[in-house]
Amino acid sequence: MNALSLRNLRVSLGGAEVLAGVDLAVERGEWLNIIGPNGAGKTTLLRAVLGAVPYEGTVEVSGVSGRDAMERARAIAYVPQTPVIPPGVPVVDYVLLGRTPHRGLFRADSRRDLAVADDVLARLDLRGFSDREVGSLSGGERQRVVLARALVQESAILLLDEPTTALDLGHQQEVLDLVEELRRERGLTVVTTLHDLTLAARYGDRLAVLAAGELITTGPPAEVLTGQLIATHFHANVRIIDDVDGPVIVPVPGRPEEGNP
Amino acid sequence: MTADAQSAEASADPSRGTRLSFSAVAISVVWIAIAVVLAMTTGPFDLAVVDVGKQLLDGLPFIEIDSGLTTTERAIVTQIRLPRVALGLMVGATLSLSGAAYQGAFRNPLADPYLLGIAAGAGLGATIAITEGLGDGRGAFDAVPLAAFAGGLIAVWFSYAAGHIGGRSPVSLILAGVAVASFLTACQTYVLQANSDVIREVYTWILGRVSTSGWGEPLLLLPYFVVTLLVVLRYGRALDVLAVGDEEAASLGIRPQRVRVIVVIAASLGAAAAVAVTGLIGFVGIIVPHTVRLLFGASNRIVLPLSVLFGAAFMVAADLVARTIMSPAELPIGVVTAFVGAPFFAVVLRASRRYVW
Repeated sequence: MNALSLRNLRVSLGGAEVLAGVDLAVERGEWLNIIGPNGAGKTTLLRAVLGAVPYEGTVEVSGVSGRDAMERARAIAYVPQTPVIPPGVPVVDYVLLGRTPHRGLFRADSRRDLAVADDVLARLDLRGFSDREVGSLSGGERQRVVLARALVQESAILLLDEPTTALDLGHQQEVLDLVEELRRERGLTVVTTLHDLTLAARYGDRLAVLAAGELITTGPPAEVLTGQLIATHFHANVRIIDDVDGPVIVPVPGRPEEGNP
Repeated sequence: MTADAQSAEASADPSRGTRLSFSAVAISVVWIAIAVVLAMTTGPFDLAVVDVGKQLLDGLPFIEIDSGLTTTERAIVTQIRLPRVALGLMVGATLSLSGAAYQGAFRNPLADPYLLGIAAGAGLGATIAITEGLGDGRGAFDAVPLAAFAGGLIAVWFSYAAGHIGGRSPVSLILAGVAVASFLTACQTYVLQANSDVIREVYTWILGRVSTSGWGEPLLLLPYFVVTLLVVLRYGRALDVLAVGDEEAASLGIRPQRVRVIVVIAASLGAAAAVAVTGLIGFVGIIVPHTVRLLFGASNRIVLPLSVLFGAAFMVAADLVARTIMSPAELPIGVVTAFVGAPFFAVVLRASRRYVW
């Protein structure tokens, strides 16, 4: 059963076509990584799913029937690449913002809202931080806090735009391991965009390659990540090492030669 | 501590998030009480607190108390000082609340109620009314405050219309406000240059004052104050969501544009009414909300209500200084709000360890 399905999705921004008819389905409980060069339309695809940009074509989200923003927010949680951290706001308040689609704009947090937030804070080892201001946290801690805000939405689908940007290798791993654990525990459907191809190959079930607004291919990492594909779409010269857990992408200094990638 | 003990402890006391604390409200109410008592008893006639209290109780329905005040003193209490205090409370509360609302809606610490051209629009309206001899600026139902009120709201409407041409972000709206304010100020200067005989009168109006002629001014402001108060306070939580930016706020299910329009219109209505009645009183809409943020936290659920209370107290106190320090002359209240307010704010800014913006 599909959690998400896109049919002939087209988006134009400022007169330029950013997505040129993308067909993509994501199964319930699946983790899909969208990869592609800068400007391929990865973020725009996530934003179209959120309803944040006007689009043509169909976006079907399991559990969403109309155009009601609150209903959509109960079905999809989103972590942007660079979240806006409001000044002076403690972690617990920030995380409770994620309950907005459940409690509406004018009601106070219910007992259940507080309990859900408390559970998530505990699960992400953030209880000790609950009174700290989000702006005062380190990059890794901050990313966990933003993830916590998305999790208290209790939505079945989690969209992560470059969740590892600005994190060191250890914290990149920590965040992605956490996403994997949460996906198993909660049966989440996860869609991320990732720049790091080796990480994209290690985490998740399937890759989708987007380039110049078109879906090039999807499939398991070992099939998708070929030197040919990376040279053509990323203009990168790499060597691919087949490791037991998936391909490892090693950059080779020097540009790929024309016609002989 | 074991994991079980930890979770047991936590389930007994899950963090409840920021709430308006009783002590913060109590502190602000005490400040209001001090300011009101001083304002009611101090002046050319020094009156005893007890007598003033009795006189006020006597004014309530079904209560008959002899305050022992002379007829003149009674009139001073009920027709001069009380309406003036009431107006001060409302103007201070309205300007502070509007400032806090603008800061939240635009996510901009420098936003004040005059951001979208209310000051320039009201100034132009008042200038035209004065130069055309429509009124003398005295009394609540004079043409001058009405023209100022209309001018302020027209300016906001222009800013909105222009802001939408350049896109729908808060920044384009702020830029539109700057353009509208410059344009209207230019118009006002032109009108003034052509009618230089009324310059003094116009500037007296612009400098601001909390003076009353009986109950007309406070009653005129009351309905706008109530509407602004009810609408803006209701949107505190929405403004907290808006603080994460329009895109993320939308992903949490709210409509950022709609929230911003409602809050800004409600805040502008109150601010325009306040300006119409008292002239331009600067600085209050910036200093009071920021002081509250530094002292009590940044959530709009705290900042908005406490701005109402502290703004009310601050304005009554500032007006007391304005009318007593050079008595019998009155200092323009804007001078006092800046002269006392700016150093006080600097001290709070320096002493606070909070990171609020």
